[in-house]
Amino acid sequence: MSTVELSVPLVRKATIGFGFLRKVLYRSAAIIALLVVWETAPRLGLVDSTFLPPFSEVLVAWWQLLADGQLLDNTLASLGRSLTGFGLAVAVAVPLGLLIGWYRPVAELLGPLLEVFRNTAALALLPVFVLLLGIGETSKVSIVLYACVWPILLNTISAVRTVDPTLLKLARSLDLSPLRLFQKVILPAAAPTVFTGIRLAGAVSILVLVAAEMVGAKAGLGYLVNAAQFNFAIPQMYAGIVTISVIGVVFNQLLVALERRFTSWRREKS
Amino acid sequence: MISLRGVTKDFGDFTALDGVDLDVAAGEFVVLVGPSGCGKSTLLDLLAGLTTPTSGQLLLHGKPIDGPGLDRGVVFQQYALLPWRTALGNVEFGLEATGVPRRQRASLAREFLDLVGLSGFEERHPHELSGGMRQRVAIARSLAYDPEVLLMDEPFAALDAQTRESLQDELLRIWERTGKTIVFITHGIDEAVYLGQTVAVLTSRPGRVKRTVRIDLGNRREVRDLRSSTEFGRYRHEIWELLHDEVARAQRLEVAR
Repeated sequence: MSTVELSVPLVRKATIGFGFLRKVLYRSAAIIALLVVWETAPRLGLVDSTFLPPFSEVLVAWWQLLADGQLLDNTLASLGRSLTGFGLAVAVAVPLGLLIGWYRPVAELLGPLLEVFRNTAALALLPVFVLLLGIGETSKVSIVLYACVWPILLNTISAVRTVDPTLLKLARSLDLSPLRLFQKVILPAAAPTVFTGIRLAGAVSILVLVAAEMVGAKAGLGYLVNAAQFNFAIPQMYAGIVTISVIGVVFNQLLVALERRFTSWRREKS
Repeated sequence: MISLRGVTKDFGDFTALDGVDLDVAAGEFVVLVGPSGCGKSTLLDLLAGLTTPTSGQLLLHGKPIDGPGLDRGVVFQQYALLPWRTALGNVEFGLEATGVPRRQRASLAREFLDLVGLSGFEERHPHELSGGMRQRVAIARSLAYDPEVLLMDEPFAALDAQTRESLQDELLRIWERTGKTIVFITHGIDEAVYLGQTVAVLTSRPGRVKRTVRIDLGNRREVRDLRSSTEFGRYRHEIWELLHDEVARAQRLEVAR
């Protein structure tokens, strides 16, 4: 008897485990396929292995970079700049967006100008930033800050402006003070859209920084990739690129998790 | 208790309401019925203090209504629930506005959710509730902060027929229990006759009170299938006749536009 009772939950547990494994396998199949192609294509001579070394060689190079501390130094340099610029952008753009969105005439007045800024590629302005701020840290953090501000600002403005009008009507019928209205209705209603902007900015912060580091820097992952290419250390170059994409994915996942936490009421649909 | 004297509301050169006169006694259930575009909702906004009349006067206890206030509770057709708050949180929202101490809010909110038959649903979010339940939450919210008047803007229009009928009964029960004054707006004749002690028929564009009809059906909840009774049919027909011309006129205006 006891063996039967024991075996039932065990079997169930095993099937759950298997289902989970299958899901993980299914979801990572495309990435695994890419890595397989990357490994085999140079080995079979389908592509020149000088320019695209097999993935295993890239991994070896990555390990060496990690071991001699280069990878960590450059990653920390990049992350420091990215997160500073990103953090400043959140601190500036969210309050500013709330303010602009709240005052309808201001939003309408500034709207077209903001669109122009957003649609001007941040990297096109890099020479201007270098000209004004030099090639040091300030210009790099500034360009990240600049590029991150627009998605956050524009999303926050539209978040405030698209708050359900019946909720505003409700708040007015309850004679809520403007401060209470803001705190209890506008802010929570706007939060999901604001977070979308923050998530977009997170991706932008890494994209823009890497490009900026390629132009003029003495450290950073963009610098690492560029320098490796310059020295014809091709596996190291790919190791840098892979690191950048992994950081991008991880950062995005972190922001998605944060977004979920703050807007859990939206997703609890059963 | 509420009196409207020659209330007129223009939007630019469009007159939504033109000289509306109406009296509502304390504790009365008044239904305003009219074709679409007769300015029903404008009238409710005026009563709620969300907008001001172009001319004329709205009085509550003899004093002009000059803004929103917690002596009136509004129930909207689209529920207007805060999607990030639970049913309980939504009812508490009204209490926060009135400054009820934090500790009393939850128990008071529970009490009113119970009144509208939603015990056990306190922790659900609006998207986890049916349309009828959402409107119950909204009604509980408006009742909880104890306004004298409940202003209801086609609250059951978005619900299916069965849910609507059960909520109508529920509303009558709540009205009897709480003794609130209710001003209820609808375009449904059956709903008007079933709920109202007084039914005010509005004309279409510009809106004005065509006639007020006293409905005397005794205690509605004691009669089984009241809607099939002859008296109900008589009242229904009377209001249908009054509305018929207005609906036709409204449609002609609609086509002419």
